[in-house]
Amino acid sequence: MKEQNYIKMEFPSKSSNEAFARAAAAAFAAQLDPTMEELGDIKTAVSEAVTNAIVHAYPDEIGRVSMRLRILEGQVLEISVKDWGCGIEDVEKAMQPLYTTGGEDRSGMGFTIIGSFMDKLSVRSRPGKGTTVVMRRRICPRIGKR
Amino acid sequence: MSLHPCDAVTFFCVVNELNINTSFSAGRLTIYLSGELDQHEAQQTSTCIAELLDEYLPRDCVLDLSALSFMDSSGIAVIVKANRHIRTIGGRLWVENPARQALRVIDAAGLDRMIPVESGRVGGYP
Ligand SMILES: Nc1ncnc2c1ncn2[C@@H]1O[C@H](COP(=O)(O)OP(=O)(O)O)[C@@H](O)[C@H]1O
Ligand SMILES: [Mg+2]
Repeated sequence: MKEQNYIKMEFPSKSSNEAFARAAAAAFAAQLDPTMEELGDIKTAVSEAVTNAIVHAYPDEIGRVSMRLRILEGQVLEISVKDWGCGIEDVEKAMQPLYTTGGEDRSGMGFTIIGSFMDKLSVRSRPGKGTTVVMRRRICPRIGKR
Repeated sequence: MSLHPCDAVTFFCVVNELNINTSFSAGRLTIYLSGELDQHEAQQTSTCIAELLDEYLPRDCVLDLSALSFMDSSGIAVIVKANRHIRTIGGRLWVENPARQALRVIDAAGLDRMIPVESGRVGGYP
């Protein structure tokens, strides 16, 4: 799909950057004229993916997280979140509802929520190398939407 | 309703943190969460709720999420943890009036299969 606009950012895996990352995604997505609900879904998905990079990819260190946002043909927003952390041994298992390696501080519902809010979700990971999460959501064009 | 680019800029600048307010009457503790509940705020929020439960020892605890502008799955873990805690002191807990985005997350996570979620707004806000 043809790329119409993009933005790239990189930040250290500090939890204080979660709010910034989702606000940045919302501001970028605004050019597609999303509804409040669409915007809420985008912020939630970004928050889940970025939080995973912060808490799971780099459990004992501060590492790099990069986020790329793209607008593709047909009002599609693509969000990629990449880390160079510990990676995931079994991606299919990690994506199961309630599966978590984070103990009682985590719900194990992150991927499930992303899956229900986004049209597409793909997770590529290599243990010891890192993880890339790519999500897509089409923003409905509507006449007289607001 | 949709967002004008100018609103998005405002959105962008306002980084909300989480606030907690409480009211207590007739054995019922109501905890009002407002602002944004994510992983950054989760630990402190959980600790604060646990301390409130230990202090008031309520029979019923209501988590009022009507002013919670953002919550992700870290918030789900906070609620589940609070529920586990109140059970150890023999009380019950439920969620009331979640704001729209929080309700979507609650629904997607299936939280209402574990904890009652009252979103009818019957009786209005306190
Ligand atoms: N970026 C990542 N790096 C390493 N492991 C990850 C990453 N993202 C997810 N995981 C693994 O997948 C599991 C499930 O993730 P998720 O569904 O978001 O639930 P939770 O974050 O609550 O554990 C995590 O517990 C973790 O083991
Ligand atoms: Mg997660």
